[in-house]
Amino acid sequence: MISAHRLTKRFGEFTAVDAIDVEVRRGEAFGFLGPNGAGKSSTMRMIGCVSPPTDGSLRILGLDPATDGPSIRARLGVVPQRDTLDEELTVRENILVYGRYFGLSRAQVRAKADELLEFAQLTERANSVVEPLSGGMKRRLTIARSLVNDPELLLLDEPTTGLDPQARHVLWDRLFRLKRSGVTLVLTTHYMDEAEQLCDRLVVMDGGRIVAEGSPRELIALHSTREVLELRFAADDHTPYAAKVTDLAERVEVLPDRLLLYTDDGDATAAAVQGRGLEPLSVLARRSTLEDVFLHLTGRTLVD
Amino acid sequence: MAGRAFAFWLTNYRRVWRGTIISGFLSPLFFLVAMGFGLGALVDADAGGLGTPGYVEFIAPGILAAQAMQTAVGESTFPVMGALKWQRQYHAMLAAPLGIADIVLGHVAFVAMRVAITSVAFAIVAVALGAITSWWVVAAVLAAVLTGLAFTTPVFAFAARQDNDSGFNVLFRFIVMPMFLFSGTFFPVEQLPAVLEAVAKVTPLWHGVELCRSLVMGTATPAGSLGHVAYLALWVAGGLWLAFASFRKRLVT
Amino acid sequence: MSAVSTIARALPIPAGAGLARTLVERNARAFRHGWVTLVSGVFEPVFYLFSLGVGLGALIGDVDAGGGRMVEYAAYVAPAMMAAAAMNGAVFDSTFNLFFKLKYAKLYDSVLATPLGPRDVAVGEISWALLRGLLYSTTFLLVAAAAGVVHSWWALLALPAASLIGLAFAAVGMSVTTYLRSWQDFDYIQLALLPMFLFSATFYPLSTYDESVRWVVQATPLYHGVAMIRDLMLGDVAWGILAHVAYLVVMGVAGVLFAARRIERLLLR
Repeated sequence: MISAHRLTKRFGEFTAVDAIDVEVRRGEAFGFLGPNGAGKSSTMRMIGCVSPPTDGSLRILGLDPATDGPSIRARLGVVPQRDTLDEELTVRENILVYGRYFGLSRAQVRAKADELLEFAQLTERANSVVEPLSGGMKRRLTIARSLVNDPELLLLDEPTTGLDPQARHVLWDRLFRLKRSGVTLVLTTHYMDEAEQLCDRLVVMDGGRIVAEGSPRELIALHSTREVLELRFAADDHTPYAAKVTDLAERVEVLPDRLLLYTDDGDATAAAVQGRGLEPLSVLARRSTLEDVFLHLTGRTLVD
Repeated sequence: MAGRAFAFWLTNYRRVWRGTIISGFLSPLFFLVAMGFGLGALVDADAGGLGTPGYVEFIAPGILAAQAMQTAVGESTFPVMGALKWQRQYHAMLAAPLGIADIVLGHVAFVAMRVAITSVAFAIVAVALGAITSWWVVAAVLAAVLTGLAFTTPVFAFAARQDNDSGFNVLFRFIVMPMFLFSGTFFPVEQLPAVLEAVAKVTPLWHGVELCRSLVMGTATPAGSLGHVAYLALWVAGGLWLAFASFRKRLVT
Repeated sequence: MSAVSTIARALPIPAGAGLARTLVERNARAFRHGWVTLVSGVFEPVFYLFSLGVGLGALIGDVDAGGGRMVEYAAYVAPAMMAAAAMNGAVFDSTFNLFFKLKYAKLYDSVLATPLGPRDVAVGEISWALLRGLLYSTTFLLVAAAAGVVHSWWALLALPAASLIGLAFAAVGMSVTTYLRSWQDFDYIQLALLPMFLFSATFYPLSTYDESVRWVVQATPLYHGVAMIRDLMLGDVAWGILAHVAYLVVMGVAGVLFAARRIERLLLR
């Protein structure tokens, strides 16, 4: 579906995307993970054919975006990071007008609009203007709108950022259904639970480069241990304790309020810690998550 | 307390005053030159003209009053809606120990100051160009500010009742623009059909124009001027009463 | 529609899908919700016509419409109001409205995710501005005819002439808009429009000016627009009118080419 080779995007001196290689296969859900400024959105804009690559090659649906932009876009659905709904129109008109942009006939878009409003659970708000809708409703409408042309490939840039938990679960449900019906999904996110829920395969980006690639399970296996043991001590500084347990785990990380011990068996490690006479205030053994991988790969420092 | 609200708007104004020079000062100046001198040449050349003094002396005080109206309406529409809805400065003031009356009076005082500045500037230029020759111009500027206030307070009340800016379009196109063109600024309302003449004479702008014009042209009578002033003051007071009610309804829920 | 796509094909910017008309359709739908604004635009030139033409005109009597031909003042000022309305409408649409869509509503971000390209955006928006302008000028012409200030059947050609004025100003307005940073910058557009409106032989003949400044007036686009429509409405048509047409055509074509390029640079980063 998408094939990028040494794909690069520069804005003047700044390199947003630095020679990445990506292959996305038909029918899969593919994720771009990364902190803000990692180059996810720039990559998505290039795939959406609204930002010409500076260097490298990019083929989408077997076509070249530089020459076939309109015909590629005719087969894509795009859900941008920020809702770009048409606030001068009603909910229903947003879908109608958007469908017309794809050259669909009026009869086609009318039928499609009813179906999509149902899908997005917005039938009751069909004739309301867009402005007073909640964030979740606007997001659902944006997704419904992006499906008006029955896209083969759906691009979602941070689909659930800023939504409450209920709204996120409703959206995930809709995306699952799409995937089951054969739509290829490409999404960016910085929510690890979202990536684990939705993605078959993903890449982690940092500073414009791809730093890891694989399925969520593969990434955990490769870049983390099976489990993580979290220890909290009655101290402001946990550094001294780290030295005492460093040989008990594959890797030890010091956080301001706790220690993280990366290990394959959390309970055994916890017993070993207590065996050394150390008495943490709290002990928690849990499975490794994508979040551990992510923070390990991209660091804990804030990037803005 | 209203003084604090006024100070707030004044601080705000320091950042954007340059742009207001164009709308508040250059546009009336352009109108004066084009209409007074260019068109005036045609009016004065014709036997049916206004006689002495010339046309430019006729419209200069008219534009002074009309400009006061336009500045006042401009400053009382979008800024008021913005402070209610977009930037929500009124809400911030209400959270500080200011009451509804302080908020309204503070902002109205600021609008009056804006009207005064543009009126003084225009008057100076009109005098320099010889379009106004009487010392009564000082009183005419005060009359212009009063005219502006007669629009400010009702428009405050109107703006506070709007949910979006489409009502402003109607206000500009169907109220302000016709008043500008038909309330005696450019020609005596006696030229209008009798019915329209009666309508024109009810508008506050006509009273403002007449007041300014009679003052600088030396045709003012104490009774006439007092009548105009009283009529305009009535608009200010009525508008203020409505504005208090509208603001209270909108801000205190 | 075929005219729209022909223009579209002639433009040297990335191919859109020739779907500019769907953007016109979008604007028409949006205006159904704000029809008061749309309709209210009809009244401004009419108010001016009756205020200055009829009210003030009684004080003025007849005016030299050029070449010693005397007409009543309302007939002199009516064509100028029509031309100025075409200018104001086109500029408002292509600056204020376009800026809002570009910077705040982010309308084109969603439009460009579809098969539409920058060319469709430019052509669609200008077509819409022209259609809207045609509505205004048609209404105005009818009112002017009813008021008895239209003197010739040539006046029918004032409709396409007004569209030409609209095209020229919309194209330049669009180009200017791509450079604007904030709403405060709109004051400068006002600064260019108002003097043109007042001084382009709109309200009084060119001969009122001193010889030495006439060329300044004659250099402005609105002067040519006004002169063109005045000739048509008064039935005073000679070959010289083509000079006015040529001026506006050049301005329009250059403006469209430049605007399309600028929009592309702005949207396809």
